[in-house]
Amino acid sequence: MIPAAFAYARPTTVDEALRAVAEGGEDVKIMAGGQSLIPVMRLRLAAPETVVDLTRVAELRGVRDDGDAIVIGAMTTHHDVMTDPLVLQHAPLIAEATETVADRQVRARGTFGGALAHADPAGDLPAVALALDADFVIAGPQGRRTVPASEFFVDYLTTALEEGELLVEIRVPKLAGEWGMRYEKFNRVAQAWSIVAVAAVVRREDGHIAEARIGLTNMGSTPLRASAVEAALAGAEASPETIASAARSAAEGTSPTSDLNAQADYREHLAQVLTRRAVTAAVGL
Amino acid sequence: MTQINVRVDGVTYTDDVEPRTLLVHYLREQLGKVGTVIGCDTSNCGACTVHLDGAAVKSCTVLAVQADGGEVTTIEGLAPEGGGLHPMQKAFHEMHGLQCGYCTPGMIMASVDLLKENPDPSDTEVREGIEGNLCRCTGYQNIVRAVQQAAGEMRGSTNGHASPAEVDTAAAPHVAAQS
Repeated sequence: MIPAAFAYARPTTVDEALRAVAEGGEDVKIMAGGQSLIPVMRLRLAAPETVVDLTRVAELRGVRDDGDAIVIGAMTTHHDVMTDPLVLQHAPLIAEATETVADRQVRARGTFGGALAHADPAGDLPAVALALDADFVIAGPQGRRTVPASEFFVDYLTTALEEGELLVEIRVPKLAGEWGMRYEKFNRVAQAWSIVAVAAVVRREDGHIAEARIGLTNMGSTPLRASAVEAALAGAEASPETIASAARSAAEGTSPTSDLNAQADYREHLAQVLTRRAVTAAVGL
Repeated sequence: MTQINVRVDGVTYTDDVEPRTLLVHYLREQLGKVGTVIGCDTSNCGACTVHLDGAAVKSCTVLAVQADGGEVTTIEGLAPEGGGLHPMQKAFHEMHGLQCGYCTPGMIMASVDLLKENPDPSDTEVREGIEGNLCRCTGYQNIVRAVQQAAGEMRGSTNGHASPAEVDTAAAPHVAAQS
């Protein structure tokens, strides 16, 4: 299968990329690593007039330390993210989840920003970004703006990115205090998407859970926070019983789909089980 | 049409391609590198794996224009110049790491890439390392053994792994009975 014909732009800077997007006509697609876009173009589910390929925009690659946050360039490949010392030190959850994305060939090309901007609810990184309260830096014709993760994911495959804009970097706040993190993913075969997955980020204090942030993958049209679990865990004793009890409300407020991989009620069950496991591991029990 | 300059298996080519041309189609149809095969056309099976600038990629999920200025190694360019097989090719042969052989070019390219990062992978690490490559014949047993044998040879040692004949007999007696 061969994609429909398109005009191709290969900018080398963000400014050039924004111009190429502005001049690309009615239907422009921005290509990051291409590992989701090329397959859908091959199937002709997408047939853009213009493809703006960000592969050679060097300023969008790499991870840097910016004081109270680490900043991940949108075009940093999955491979480079999961082996980056700053990511491993300050946000090991991102490395852990990224290791489960697809396979090594896809991770060599696919990018952190591309996966987030694609916003597939079964993708692993949106829920992780949500649990880490990451900020999304977006460039557009009018300059740059920052959108918190809680407002970035709008609907199925839909984000706060407006036409003419592109995601340039993701700021992940450094966490102060004693934090533990875990990504628990359930799928049935290698390289498959998550049926459900749970990202847990937990701060411990004197044998208690001071704060918990739980991100859910594939429990609705966007990644979700398990707010009821978070509320139940805040200030709770770090014991297996408390965690198990709190995890039972993991599916509250979610709207998982039924598909060939799982029925909705099974996804609700998985969310509870995986939340218990992820929080238990993040707490260090 | 867009002009690209790309080095493939040690030879530099300058060609005009349409932006929509996939790297695998360019390799097979314009350069005649049919050793790289198309298995699924959905980025799943890994049969089309080649190395682009030193990393294994699925060449059905890369545009030929993206290889412009780059270096591609296919299964046809893996063996040392002057004949002979690459240790990974030799190990797949000796350990019977294939049956129909369709996945083999991709398996070998992905496995070579894995060993660059992990020269001594465990059984599990090999299986995870080649999770992007599907084999519908072998059940992977002998592929894993082949990768580990090649790893041993490439590290400069030959620690004893079971021969494929022993293994096949134990795992599947009916195969031994037929032979």
